[in-house]
Amino acid sequence: MKRLLAALALIACLPVAQAAGFDYRLAPRQIAPDTWVLEGAQEDFSFANGGRIVNTAFVVTDAGVVVIDSGPSRQYGEQTVAAIARATDKPIIKVWITHHHPDHFLGNQAFATRTLGALERTISDIAAEGKAFNENMYRLVGDAMRNTEVAVPTEALVPGIVEIGGHRFELLALDGHTAGDLAVFDHSTGVLFAGDLVFHDRTPTTPHATIARWLKSLDVLAALPFKQLVPGHGPVAADAGPIRQTRDYLKWLDALLTQSAAAGLDMTEVMRLPLPKVFRQMAVIDAEFPRSVSHLFPAAEEAALNTTSSHAKH
Amino acid sequence: MPRLPRLAVFGLALWATLAVAQPDPLDSARWGDMRAQLFGADAQVVFDSRVSVIGPLTAEDPMNVPIAVDASALPDVVEVLVFADFNPITKVLAFRPVAARAELAFRIKLQQSSPVRAAARTTDGVWHVGGTWVITTGGGCTVPSTGSASPEWQRRLNEVSGRIWSRPEGNRVRLRIIHPMDTGLAASIPAFYIEQLSITDGQHRVLMEIDAFEPVSENPLFTLDLPPAITDLGAVQITGRDNNGNKVNAQVAR
Repeated sequence: MKRLLAALALIACLPVAQAAGFDYRLAPRQIAPDTWVLEGAQEDFSFANGGRIVNTAFVVTDAGVVVIDSGPSRQYGEQTVAAIARATDKPIIKVWITHHHPDHFLGNQAFATRTLGALERTISDIAAEGKAFNENMYRLVGDAMRNTEVAVPTEALVPGIVEIGGHRFELLALDGHTAGDLAVFDHSTGVLFAGDLVFHDRTPTTPHATIARWLKSLDVLAALPFKQLVPGHGPVAADAGPIRQTRDYLKWLDALLTQSAAAGLDMTEVMRLPLPKVFRQMAVIDAEFPRSVSHLFPAAEEAALNTTSSHAKH
Repeated sequence: MPRLPRLAVFGLALWATLAVAQPDPLDSARWGDMRAQLFGADAQVVFDSRVSVIGPLTAEDPMNVPIAVDASALPDVVEVLVFADFNPITKVLAFRPVAARAELAFRIKLQQSSPVRAAARTTDGVWHVGGTWVITTGGGCTVPSTGSASPEWQRRLNEVSGRIWSRPEGNRVRLRIIHPMDTGLAASIPAFYIEQLSITDGQHRVLMEIDAFEPVSENPLFTLDLPPAITDLGAVQITGRDNNGNKVNAQVAR
C-alpha cells in the first residue's frame, strides 16, 4: 500500500518531474585534501530517494579527477559530473567501480567509456547481471532511472599502487560482499574508500555474500593505516568503528543461521527471530535481516541435514 | 429427521448468512474465481483466523518464497489445500496431516505478488480459509530451474536428506528432496515435478501425505511437526513419485 501511495504521489507530480528530471540534490562534502564524498540516505531504494542510498566520491588530482562509483542511475552520474565541474575544471580521467551492485555502477553512462575501470570479476558480473539489475531498479525507484542503460567498464583493474597526479592510490582486490570487491586506499590523504565491504549504522546487504571471505577482507582493511573511512553506505568515519560493526553483524548473522539450522528451525521462523538491540539500531534492519535469511539460510540448513544413503534410482 | 432446536436453526441461518456475506480479508480480485474453481458451488467455505499462513511481507527470491501453514488450532483437520490467487498455476500443494499436526512449512515459486492461502477441511466438510499477501518482483514460475541447466540433478534425482529433532512440543521432521520441480511454463522445458509423497514412521504408520504441484520450489524442503504423543520415532520413511514415475524412497534417521 505504501508503495502504491508513493506511486500515486509520483503520478500526481509527473508533469513537473518530467520537465525537470530527478534532482538528486548532490552536495559534495570535502572530507580531506582534494577529496569529496556524496553521501546517500540510509534507506532502502524508493521513488523518493531515486536510489541515492549509496556513498560515491571523487578525488581531484593534478592530472585530473578520479571518481569512486558512479551511483544508481544515469541522472545521478550526470549530476555527479555537474557537481565535479562546480568543484574543479580538471577533466574526469578515471571512474573506478567498486563492485557490480546496481547502486554503484548504473551512473556509468555519464562518463567516457575509456575512463570506466573495475576488477575483472566485476566487469564480467556487470556484463552478465547488469541488465536484470537495471530493470529491477526501474521498478524500485521509478522515473529517476529514466534512460539508464548498462555501460560495462572497459579497463580491468589490477591490485597494486597507481600514481595519479600526485596521489598514491592503492587498489585492493578483495571479495566477500560480492565475488569482486574493490577497495581504494589513497596513501596521500589517508582516505580509505571501502565500497560495500563496510557498512556504517546501516544493515549490510548479502545477495552475493560469502561471509567467511568478507571477514577476511575486513581484516585486510582494518590493517591499513587510514585516517578517514568512506563506507559504501552510512556516514564517513575517522576510525575503524564501521569495520568492527560490519564484522560483528556478519559474525552474529552467520552464527545465528548456523545455530538455527542445527536446531531445526524453518526459514519462516528464522525470519521472525528477535534481533539484538545493538543491531536493531542499524538502519533498515527489518527489511535486510529477512533478505539475508533468504540469501544465506539455505546453505546453513543444507549443512544441518543428514544425507540418506537409500534413495531410489530412477 | 429430528427437529432442530429453534436456536440452532437460527444459529445455522445466521452462520450461513455470514458465510455468504464474508468479504475476502485479503481483498483479492481473484477470490471469486478461487472459490468457484477449487471448492465447488455447494461447499461451505469460511474465512477463519485459526488458519494461518506465514510468509515474508516482501519475498526476496520469487523462486523460493518461504511459507508456513498452521491449521492446528482447528480440531479434526482432514486436508489442507494451499494456493496462490495470482499464480499461473494456482494450486501449490495439498496435505493430509493424518497423524502429524496440521502444520507444514515449505517454499514456493510466485509469478507475481499474490495472496497465498491455505484452506483446511475439517471432518464436517467445512473449508476454513486463511492467508497472507506476499509482495514479490515475480517471474518465479516461468524461469527454468537451476537443475534443468545442470547435469547434477540427473545423478541426484529424488535424493533425500533430512533430520528429526526432539522438541518439547513434539518431534520435528525436515526433509529435502533433490528435484528440479519444473513448472512447464519455461520455454522447451516440460513440467517435471514431484506429485505425491507419503511420510511414515518405523511401524508403517502414515504421519502425513503430501500432494505437490508445480509451484513448489526446486529441491523441495518440508518442515513438519508431530504431536507430543508420538514419542517412539526412531526414523521416518519417505516414499512417493514424480509425474514421470520416478520414485522417492528413503529413510531419514534421527
